[in-house]
Amino acid sequence: MSTSSVLRPPAISTRFVPVWRRNLLVWRKLAIASILGNIADPLLYMLALGYGIGSFIGNVDGMPYVAFIGTGMVCQSAMFTASFEGMYSAFSRMHVQRTWEAIINAPIGLDDVVLAEWIWCATKAVMSTGAILIVIFALGFGHTWHALWILPLGFVVGLCFGAFGLVMNALAPSYDFFTYFFTLVLTPMLLFSGVYFPVGQMPSWLAHIAQVLPLKHAIDMARPLMLGRAPTEIALHVAVLAAYAIVAYCAALVLTRRRLLK
Amino acid sequence: MAASGGRDRVNAGTIAGNVAAPPLREAQPRGGQLRGAPVLRVDGLRKRYGNAEVVRGLDFAIERGECFALLGPNGAGKTTTLRCCLGLIDPDAGAIELCGEPVPRAAREARVRVGVVPQMDSLDPDFTVTENLVVYGGYFRLPRPVIDARIPRLLEFAGLAAKARSQIRTLSGGMKRRLMLARALINDPELLILDEPTTGLDPQARHLIWNGLRQLLSQGKTILLTTHFMDEAERLATRLAVIDHGSLIACDTPRALLAAHVEPEVVEVYGDDARTWADSRGHALSRRLELAGETAFCYADDAAPLLADLATRSGLRYLHRPANLEDLFIKLTGRELRD
Repeated sequence: MSTSSVLRPPAISTRFVPVWRRNLLVWRKLAIASILGNIADPLLYMLALGYGIGSFIGNVDGMPYVAFIGTGMVCQSAMFTASFEGMYSAFSRMHVQRTWEAIINAPIGLDDVVLAEWIWCATKAVMSTGAILIVIFALGFGHTWHALWILPLGFVVGLCFGAFGLVMNALAPSYDFFTYFFTLVLTPMLLFSGVYFPVGQMPSWLAHIAQVLPLKHAIDMARPLMLGRAPTEIALHVAVLAAYAIVAYCAALVLTRRRLLK
Repeated sequence: MAASGGRDRVNAGTIAGNVAAPPLREAQPRGGQLRGAPVLRVDGLRKRYGNAEVVRGLDFAIERGECFALLGPNGAGKTTTLRCCLGLIDPDAGAIELCGEPVPRAAREARVRVGVVPQMDSLDPDFTVTENLVVYGGYFRLPRPVIDARIPRLLEFAGLAAKARSQIRTLSGGMKRRLMLARALINDPELLILDEPTTGLDPQARHLIWNGLRQLLSQGKTILLTTHFMDEAERLATRLAVIDHGSLIACDTPRALLAAHVEPEVVEVYGDDARTWADSRGHALSRRLELAGETAFCYADDAAPLLADLATRSGLRYLHRPANLEDLFIKLTGRELRD
C-alpha cells in the first residue's frame, strides 16, 4: 500500500454500525460479569479510602472525601475501561481471533472497523461511568440533574483513551506491549490528575504538568457537576479532551492501515 | 438469536436449489446484468513491497461457472494477488475488474457479491454457529428475514444442521472450515474466493469440503481458489494458473497443461542404489530423469522399457503411475524448498 493511501483522510460512514453492534452482542453475553467488575472495584476503593482516609480529612474541595474520590473514580473508570477495550479486547479481535480480517472481506472498510472500535471503547466507558454513578447515588451523593452530564463526559473520556489504546493496539507485537501504556501513561495519569487528592496540593511545577493530562480536565468538569454546579472553563476542558481524542484517533487509523493493509 | 424454524420454504431442501436461487434473493445491481463478462479480470497486475516485486505483471480472467485454481509455491504471490483483487491492498500497476466493478475504486461494491474464505479460520468464538452467520450477514446489510431464511439451508449444506446452537469451541477443525464456507455464502455471492481451503484438515474433512465446492459449481457458482495441494486442484479446477515469483508460468485446463508440459508416464524408483541405477540405466531409458534424495523420478512417453529393466533389479523398489499435476508443478517451479 502506497504512503498516500495510508495517510488519506478517514472514510467515515454508517457502515461502522454492524461492527459496533457485533461488539455489543458479545458484551451482552458477558454483561453481568462486566458490570460487576465495573462496580466492585471502584466501590471497594470508595468505601476503603473514602470512609477510611475520609474520616481523617473531612471535606475536600467542598465535598465529603468519599464523594470526592467517587467522582475521581468515575473518570478513572472511564479511562481504564476505554484503554483496556482499545488494547486487550481490540487486539484479541484484530490479531488473535482475526475478526477484523473477516469483517473487511465483507463490504466494510478497515476505516469503518477502526471507527466502530473507537465508538465501542467510548460506549463501554459510558457503561462503566453509569455503573459507578449508580453506586455514588446509592451512597447518597450527587443527587442532582447536573450529575447526569457525567455520562456524556464519560463518552468523551472514552473516545480519548480508547484512541490511545487503539494506537497501542496498532503497534503491539503481543499483549505484553500494553504494560508500557499502563506504567508510562495510565498510572501517572491516575496519580497526578486529582483522582485521590486535589491537584492544587502538589508542588506548583507538578500542578503545571498536570494541566496537560486529559484525565485532569475530565475531573475538573466532573467534580462541579457532582455538586450540582456548571463547571468553569468548559470550552478549555472539552477542547483538550477532544484534541487528544482526534489526534490519537487519526494516529490509530494510520498505524492500523499500515499494519493491516499491506 | 435462534435459527428461525418457521421459515422453511417450499424448496424441498436440495442444496442446489437452496444456495443457487434462494427465494428471497435480493435484487442484483449492475454486475448481474453482465452475462458473459468475466467475473474477475486481472490485467497487468503489479505489486511491490519495498524492493521486492511480489506480483510482476499478472493477467488472467475467470469466466462465470468455472473453478479457477491459482497454484504456486509459498511466497509465489497468491495471497497478495487475492488481496489486490478484493481491494484490500492497492496494486502498483494494472487493472482489476471484480463482478463488473473496478477495484480498488469500487472494491466495497464488488465485495457485496463476493464470498471469501480466508486461509485462517476467523469465526467469532463468543457466538454460536447460528449467531456467527447472523452477525456476518449483518456486515452485508442483509435484512434479518433474508438471513434467517438462508441459515437453515446453509447449515444443512455445511453438514452443521445439528450444531446450530453449538459454541464454536466445540466444533472440530473440519466443522469450523465448513462453517467458514457457509459464512462466505451468506450473501449468496457470485464469486467464491478460497485461500487454501483445506490446509490443516484430515482427509475425511478435505473430502467433505471438496464435495461442498463441487455442489456449488454444479449450481453454477464461480470459484477462485489458491492451493498448493495438487490433488485439490486436480479434483476441482476447471482451469488453473501456475504462478511463481509473481509471474504466470502457465494457465490452461489441467489436462491441456499436463499434455503440454509433462511426459504421460512416471516411474518413481526408491532405494540406496537408485542413484547408481539412474546413472547406469535410468537416464538412457527415460525422456527426463530427476533425482530427489534417494528417489529417481523417471518421465517417459512409454514406461515399458524402464519397467522391464527394473524387474530384473532386486535392490530397488519402484512405482509406476500416470503423470499428475504435482509433476507439472515441480517441473514448472523446480524442486528446491521455498521458505
